[in-house]
Amino acid sequence: RKIIFEKQWFYLDNAIGHIYGTTFEVTNGGNLQPKQEVEETPTETKEAGTDNRNIVDDGKSQKLTHDDIKALKDKGIKGQEIVQQLIENSTTFRDKTEFAQDKYIKKKKKKYEAVITIVKPSTRILSTMYYAREPGKINHLRYDTLAQMLTLGNIRAGNKMIVMETCAGLVLGAVMERMGGYGSIIQMYPGAGPVRAATSCFGFPKPFFDNLHEFPLSKVHSLLSGTFSTETLPSDPEENALVEEESNGLTDEKQTSHQEAEEEPTTEAAMEINQTEEQETMDINAEDVEFKENKEKENKENVRDKQIKQWERRKKLMEAAALLREKNADGLIVASKFHPTPLLLSLLEFVAPSRPFVVYCQYKEPLLECYTKLRERGGVINLKLSETWLRNYQVLPDRSHPKLTMSGGGGYLLSGITVVLDKGRSDSSNLEALKMEEPSPKRCKVQDLHC
Amino acid sequence: MSFVEYGDTIKDGDTAIVFLGHESMFPVKVQHGTVTQTKYGVIRHSTDLIGKKYGSKVTCSKGGWVFILHPTPELWTMNLPHRTQILYSTDISIITMMLELKPGSIVCESGTGSGSLSHALIRTVAPTGHLYTVEFHQQRAEKAREEFREHGVEHLVTVTNQDVCKNGFGVSNIADAVFLDIPSPWEAIGHAKAALKAEGGRICSFSPCIEQVQRTCLAMEEYGFTEINTLEILLRVYNVRTISLQIPDLGKAAEDNSSAGFDSSSPSNQGSPCANLQQGTVQFKSGVPLREMVGHTGYLTFATKS
Repeated sequence: RKIIFEKQWFYLDNAIGHIYGTTFEVTNGGNLQPKQEVEETPTETKEAGTDNRNIVDDGKSQKLTHDDIKALKDKGIKGQEIVQQLIENSTTFRDKTEFAQDKYIKKKKKKYEAVITIVKPSTRILSTMYYAREPGKINHLRYDTLAQMLTLGNIRAGNKMIVMETCAGLVLGAVMERMGGYGSIIQMYPGAGPVRAATSCFGFPKPFFDNLHEFPLSKVHSLLSGTFSTETLPSDPEENALVEEESNGLTDEKQTSHQEAEEEPTTEAAMEINQTEEQETMDINAEDVEFKENKEKENKENVRDKQIKQWERRKKLMEAAALLREKNADGLIVASKFHPTPLLLSLLEFVAPSRPFVVYCQYKEPLLECYTKLRERGGVINLKLSETWLRNYQVLPDRSHPKLTMSGGGGYLLSGITVVLDKGRSDSSNLEALKMEEPSPKRCKVQDLHC
Repeated sequence: MSFVEYGDTIKDGDTAIVFLGHESMFPVKVQHGTVTQTKYGVIRHSTDLIGKKYGSKVTCSKGGWVFILHPTPELWTMNLPHRTQILYSTDISIITMMLELKPGSIVCESGTGSGSLSHALIRTVAPTGHLYTVEFHQQRAEKAREEFREHGVEHLVTVTNQDVCKNGFGVSNIADAVFLDIPSPWEAIGHAKAALKAEGGRICSFSPCIEQVQRTCLAMEEYGFTEINTLEILLRVYNVRTISLQIPDLGKAAEDNSSAGFDSSSPSNQGSPCANLQQGTVQFKSGVPLREMVGHTGYLTFATKS
């Protein structure tokens, strides 16, 4: 399988068997070869300038042309050599300061030395990667904000967590990693099914998924009001298909597969979970064409398979509902594109008292409203609205300074702790509100102001 | 209760957190027959605490009430007795993630200090991991051991009283991660490398001064660490407030007509009566930053053992 990454392409085959963290060089054929530890020979020519007052950037200082460099590459010359050639053919190199030379070499190496390191996935790596490359998929949740959520939420082995996220499954994966396979997670999802694209990148062993449940948001109200039933699953093409298949034959198969094909593009979630169904549908179609005489028998088998699958899904849904009904979850994590207030107000019902909860929102304003609504609801203390500010540094001798500032882009968190909800709030509400609120700002004494 | 597992009801011997109100709480050791004084009155452990559900409201003798919370490392960090300057949850969070800690991890830490980070690390590596923490101050080391015992986590941690720069962590080639919060971390890099597993171990050094960071980064490079990266993280907290802003009186548009939205006053009046201004206010909800925020705790340097 060819991997294309940052203008490099290569096959991963040769990497199999090596330990994580190994650095490879990409050869001309696109194959990976473990990189030899080369002793960086200190450049003998310590010839360098003092400053750049005489260096003119006219774009003509490099004597090698694009074609020259391409020719070198085609000859199979190693990246190190190319960099050396570039240095030798640069008229201004020896006038640059040592620091500038270092920077130049680093830059050229990055471009021409095709070096790949293969690392084991972790929350650290995946969250930084997603934030750098696909922030839109994770609602611009910056990795340090995610780190805060995991700690503030006291995510650890043995918890029973409720997670509601639309971050491609990254937050779910992070929670799973910190739980180490112990405890249980109920993932709440919008639409037809949970998206776990990022979760699969973590490479968790199968047992981790044994205690991972999911429950549709669209059933939350019915569950809370006690009217929940498993009779109607959310936008389930399977169900409609099943009902029709029992009474009819081939034509309905085609109809349902068409229906499934139509439904799939609308929700990427549906694509995720319906992959097996899609496979079945494709198989069914192929079979119909090829084995016309067996189609009746196979239809019956497929119908039974679908029935079993549906029964299994109903069973899982009931298990998840039962877990939620206990209303004793150890925590709640929310990180989604939806307005947080309705999510919190409903999902907090499933959380035991004296447990932390954390809500992420890309924007501050919805959390202001959430805070206010939570105060009105009661049953929460220690509410805190915060964001973290992260700064990376370059640390080099005589060249230490902050690198890039990423403040402002990482999103906001609202965290708190649940307490026993006081049903009779009416008389105590004011007192509690006063106690929980910070001292109100001094009222602006307008009369005293010079108008 | 345990710092690594939730319990539902308060039991004799538990450490619980008494929450009095905004940013006002303290830890308490629950014991039969004991009494705790609060500004709202007295809490009698035997009747008011033991057997109650965590998260319950408890009314004190004077009539005021408090909430009793299950301890977590984060609540402990905010309420523990300081023997040294401590690390707060903001730094602890990023350290935990960047060191890739999870259940089963083996971590080495020095210095133990007041045990703030230690409790958080123990929570994360439980139930199958272990924390080896080194503290060169004898009393602090002993106090730490005592606290871990009281908090039911002594099986997950080993406290060693020695100088990490001279004698290391007491283990070799097994740690997934090493954390240093000492005055001269560059002197301990070699020992850190020895404690770490053969490949892929992570290291973190926390230093308030950039000069310390520079020396540490050099040492890390010399010892062959890769992916050396320094960062700092700061917390910004917002207070949610309803704000009223006055609308200024910009006078009237024309002589005869009253200006839109405001009561008329005689055109010659320079300063309109304040009563008019009070009508013209706009209210909105705002997340107001605190007057002062923490500007610096320390630089965090991470690296990988290759």
